[in-house]
Amino acid sequence: MSDSAKQKRKKAAAAAPPLPAAEQSLALLRQMQLIRAFEEKLRSLFSAGLVPGLLHLCAGQEAVAVGVCSELGAADVIASNHRGHGHCLAKGASVNRTMAEVLGRRSGYGLGRSGTLHLFDSVNGNLGTNGIVGGGIPLAAGAALSAKRRGRGEVAACFFGDGALNQGLMFEVLNMAAIWKLPAIFICENNGYGEFTAIEDVTAGLNPVARGTVFDIPSEAVDGMDVLAVREAAARAVARGRAGEGPSFLVCTTYRYGGHHVGDSQSYKDAEEVREWKEKDPILKLSRRLEAEGVASAERIAALEAEVQAEVLAAVEAANAEALPTADDLGRFLYA
Amino acid sequence: MPEPRVINYRAAILEALFAEMRRDPSVIVMGEDVGAAGGVFKQAAGLFEEFGADRVIDTPISESGAFGIAVGAAMSGSRPVFEVMFGDFITLVMDQLANQAAKVQYMSAGQISVPLVLRTAVGIGANLGPQHSQSLHAWTAHIPGLKVVMPSTAADAKGLMAAAIRDDNPVVYFEDRTLYTLRGDVPEGDYHVPIGVAEVRREGEDVSIVATSRMVHVALAAADLLAADGISAEVVDPRSLVPLDVATLVASVRKTSRAVVVDGGYRQYGVTGEIAATLAEEAFDWLDAPVTRIGAENVPIPFSRSLEPLVVPDAPRLAKAVAELVRRR
Ligand SMILES: Cc1ncc(C[n+]2csc(CCOP(=O)(O)OP(=O)(O)O)c2C)c(N)n1
Ligand SMILES: [Mg+2]
Repeated sequence: MSDSAKQKRKKAAAAAPPLPAAEQSLALLRQMQLIRAFEEKLRSLFSAGLVPGLLHLCAGQEAVAVGVCSELGAADVIASNHRGHGHCLAKGASVNRTMAEVLGRRSGYGLGRSGTLHLFDSVNGNLGTNGIVGGGIPLAAGAALSAKRRGRGEVAACFFGDGALNQGLMFEVLNMAAIWKLPAIFICENNGYGEFTAIEDVTAGLNPVARGTVFDIPSEAVDGMDVLAVREAAARAVARGRAGEGPSFLVCTTYRYGGHHVGDSQSYKDAEEVREWKEKDPILKLSRRLEAEGVASAERIAALEAEVQAEVLAAVEAANAEALPTADDLGRFLYA
Repeated sequence: MPEPRVINYRAAILEALFAEMRRDPSVIVMGEDVGAAGGVFKQAAGLFEEFGADRVIDTPISESGAFGIAVGAAMSGSRPVFEVMFGDFITLVMDQLANQAAKVQYMSAGQISVPLVLRTAVGIGANLGPQHSQSLHAWTAHIPGLKVVMPSTAADAKGLMAAAIRDDNPVVYFEDRTLYTLRGDVPEGDYHVPIGVAEVRREGEDVSIVATSRMVHVALAAADLLAADGISAEVVDPRSLVPLDVATLVASVRKTSRAVVVDGGYRQYGVTGEIAATLAEEAFDWLDAPVTRIGAENVPIPFSRSLEPLVVPDAPRLAKAVAELVRRR
C-alpha cells in the first residue's frame, strides 16, 4: 500500500463512526441479517411460484432501514415504499405476520389481501409500504403534523427511492414540512435506478441533497452502505425533530443487488458494478468491524445468522399453515 | 329537541365546524386562505380567531401535497377538514384520495382509519368558466372506501358536516356555492344528519324526481309548475351518494312508477346514470317508462352569460322533461 493510500485509509478509519455498545451493535447486525434472510427466502419462494404479484427486494439496502429505525422509538412513525420489507421489519413488525401477508395468508397484517406493497402495522407505527412512488411522503409529513400538535417530541420518517425525487409531490411536501417545521425525516434511498432507468438519465441537478437545501432543510449525503453512518445521520435528524427544529433530508447512497423486481433480467446493469457494490455490503462491513474490534467472534456472528434463518423458516411454515382469505373477507374493513 | 331557527347554508356549515372543533381537539381545518382570511367565500370565517394557527392551517397552493399531509394526519390521530377551494381542483388530490385515503382502512384490514372530510365548492352560476364550475362528485363516488355527501338545505349542511367530521371514514362533502345564501330552519346545538339517508322533500303521486344538491331546489320549483299542469311530482333528495339510500328511492318509484334523475354533474358516466340503473334494477317491475336522466351538458362549461344557464336544467326545462315522461304511454 502506498503512503498516500495508507493516509487515506487512516483518515477513513478516523472518520468511521464508533461502534455502539456490544448489545446494540449485535442488534443492528441481527436486524440486517434478518431482513436479508427474509428476502432471500422470499426470492426462492417467488421463483417457485409461491408469491403472488410482484416482489421488490432490498438486498444491499438494509443499512438504511436498520440505521434509521434504530434511532426511532415505538411512538415514532414511518411510511415506506414498494421496496419496504426492510423498513417494516426494522420498525418492529412481526416476521410471521409480514411473511404471511406477502404470501397472501389470512394471518397477515392485511388479512392476506394486500401483499408486499401494502403492509401496514399500526402497533409499531408503520403507515404502510406503498404502491405509489412517492405516496408515503405526504403520509409521513401528516403524521409529523399530528405529532407536532401532540407535542410529545415524536417524529415521523419516510423512506423513498431516487425515483420519487422527481415526483412533484415530494417538492410540495418538503416545502410544507419546512414552513411548518414538521418533525419529519425524509430519507431518499438512492440506489441509482428507478426501475430499469439510471437516475442520471432522468434527473437534473448533480446533487440530490440540493433538493432539501433549496427549502432550507438540513440535508446531508449519507453512506447508505454503512449502518453506523446512517444511524448517526438519523440520530441528528431525530434530535432536530424532537427539539422542534423541523425536518431533515437524508440522501443515502446505496445499491440494490437484485433487479427492480424478482425476475427482472437486469440487462441495464453490468456485473462489475454489482460486484463492486457487494464489496461494500453493509452486513459484511459491520461483521468485519465487530470481529476486528473484538465485539463478536465469527462463530457468534454465524450463530446469529443461523438464528435469523430459523426464524424466517418458521415464519414460512407458519404462513403456509394458514388459510388464504375467503370470499367472506372480500368486503370486510371497507369502511370503519 | 334543539330549537329551529333560520340561518343560511354557509353559516350552518360553520356552526357545525365550530361545534365539532370545540367538542374534539383533534379536529383541524386545512386549506388555502382558510386562516386569518376566513376562506375565499367566507366559509371559514372566525375559525382562525377562535382556534388559532395550530388548528386552522393555511396551506400553500399545493393541493396534492397538502391533502396528502391531511391524509397522513388523519392516519395518525388528527381529524382534518380539508378544503379544496373549487371542486374542479379535486383532480389535483385524486391520487391521495383514491389510492391512499379510500384504501387504507381496507388495505390495513382495519388497523388504520382515515377520519377526514374533504369539503369543496361546486356548481355553475358565477360565469367562472370551464375550470371553476364543474361538479365532479361522480369521480369520488366511483371509488369504494369513500363516502360522498351533497347537502341541499341549510339544516343538512350543518347536520351532514357534523356527521362527516365524526365519521371515521374519508367523507367528501360537496357544497354548492349558489346555496351559501340559502336560508332555512337549522336546529341549534348538537345536530347531525346520518350519512346514507335520503329525504323526501315533497310528496307526489305521478312521478319521482330524484334530485341532488342545488337540483333539489330546481326540482321543487319544477314540481310547482307541474302541479299547475295537474301533475303531482314527488321530489327525493338522496343527500348522500355513497352510501346511497336505495330503499327510499325505490319506495318512491314503487309509488309513482316513473322517475327522472337530475344532477349537476356531467351526464355522461354520471350520477344520474348510476341512479337510473339502480332504479331499473331494483324497481323494474313498478316502472311504467324508462328512467329519464338529466345532468350537465357534456361540454366544458362556458363562462358566457347566455350559455352557462343552458348547461344544467332550470325549473321550466326540468318540468317539461318530467311532463314528457309522464305523458308517455
Ligand atoms: C406513481 C407511480 N409511478 C410509477 C410506478 C411504477 N414503479 C414502481 S417502482 C418504480 C421505480 C421506483 O424507483 P425508485 O423510487 O428509485 O425506488 P427503487 O425501486 O429504486 O427502490 C416505478 C416506476 C408506480 N408504482 N407509481
Ligand atoms: Mg431507485
